Amino acid sequence: MARLESVRVPLEARVQSSASSAPVTIATSRHSALVRVTHWITALCFLALLVSGVEIVISHPRFYWGETGNVLTTPLFKLPIPSSRPLVPTGYGYVLPDQNGWSRYLHFQAAWVVVLTGLLYILSGLFTGHLRKNLLPGKADRSLRAFSTAIAHHLRFGRPSEAEAWSYNVLQRLTYLFVIFVLFPLVIWTGLAMSPAFVSAVPATVTSLGGQQSARTIHFFVSLALLVFLVVHVVMVCRAGFRSRMRAMITGRAGTHMERT
Amino acid sequence: MTDLSRRKLIIGGLAATAGVSGLGLAARIAQSYGLIPPDHGGIYGLGETLTYASQRLLTRHSLAREFHASQISKRPLANEIPPLNEAFKRLQAGGFADWRLSVNGMVDRPASFSLAQLKSYPSRSQITQLQCEEGWSYIAEWIGVPLSHVLGVVGIHPQARYVVYSSIDSNWWESIDMADALHPQTFLTYGMNGDELPVGNGGPLRMRLPRQLGYKSVKFITNLTVTDSLKSFGRGLGSASPETGYAWYAGI
Repeated sequence: MARLESVRVPLEARVQSSASSAPVTIATSRHSALVRVTHWITALCFLALLVSGVEIVISHPRFYWGETGNVLTTPLFKLPIPSSRPLVPTGYGYVLPDQNGWSRYLHFQAAWVVVLTGLLYILSGLFTGHLRKNLLPGKADRSLRAFSTAIAHHLRFGRPSEAEAWSYNVLQRLTYLFVIFVLFPLVIWTGLAMSPAFVSAVPATVTSLGGQQSARTIHFFVSLALLVFLVVHVVMVCRAGFRSRMRAMITGRAGTHMERT
Repeated sequence: MTDLSRRKLIIGGLAATAGVSGLGLAARIAQSYGLIPPDHGGIYGLGETLTYASQRLLTRHSLAREFHASQISKRPLANEIPPLNEAFKRLQAGGFADWRLSVNGMVDRPASFSLAQLKSYPSRSQITQLQCEEGWSYIAEWIGVPLSHVLGVVGIHPQARYVVYSSIDSNWWESIDMADALHPQTFLTYGMNGDELPVGNGGPLRMRLPRQLGYKSVKFITNLTVTDSLKSFGRGLGSASPETGYAWYAGI
């Protein structure tokens, strides 16, 4: 397995193996414990936010732009779904049960947990170099050519290379960076912009977006983008090998066993 | 066990101990500064407490955004209201001349105010947004007397921590902490957009606090009780909302 080792073996593994003289099975990690734990907490919170968010939207499946909007004003668009409130004219002859109480409790609790988890992830990622080493595209990949090669490989549905069991390709890196540093901050910002108390302290949160209803509409679309990411992410995991990728994210061990004698 | 993992274990253990004792300390400090909401128990207590405590620290003196007269919604939406009871209909037939707001509890001079008395106090107006937890909103001019003025008239005891207020429909009651009760934009509202407050929007008298969602702005209010503890009200969760599944604090 010398070839593989020359491709990508995390630094810790190399240091550890050269320091030890006894023949060992290298217990090297694809993902650090912190990355694995924060990943699954985030996954759980995202599902909670998604379910509760859908429930909250059902109570008023109309979206507006600007400061205000209600059933007496023209919406930007409506979702063609029934509502949990008789107030909303949906065209359906029935009203769904009200689920907003627990949905709102759960939404904000999950938001707190995911924000604190995200902060821990980013701070430790800066500290340990995880963001720089594993997410920032490598020097060789920072060219248009490398980028288009990666996209072409992707569009041909090429199988992931052996190295990708150990490292992210440039498209993955850019996608993860976009989710972490663009979509998550945006969804937090637009969420806060809907809080009447928060914006009383920091009015620019909502005025910069053009109003509270604009914030709600953007919140909806960013959530949709995050949902698309989730679906693509899961599809890619399945394509790359569901068992090995899940094992890597749960136990930390990558798909390939490396033994050294 | 290698040195590395032992060191990790010790550091991890110390961090966990510090974390747990830090949490305990934080909880005690939060309690003494009034940062724990009455519905802090149960599985959502953590999120609820974090939201209330952080927003309370951030917003103790902040003012809700006020808007220009041109931004007032053409048609202020009157949300569906529960069928009004006989007592309300009788008072409505009399033009609300006999409407009374009773103020009691931890006050020096318990009183019962008529609408005329409330209107004789300095009138204030604010153009603010009413935001429903469902997602819709409208902007209106709200006219009334600041709650702090009425509390000043009756004289509240120094140990007062909450104001409990209820609708003529006894199933609808809420409470707020003193930061909100004494906030300059918390009004006992009797007018809207230069006119009387319509029944559909809560007339003749509505609590109005623009820094929280609409359900805290209880319509048709007839009673205010000043208290230092919410334990004896309903199930002790601070308002009727947590009893029906909604949060007591609605700043978000």
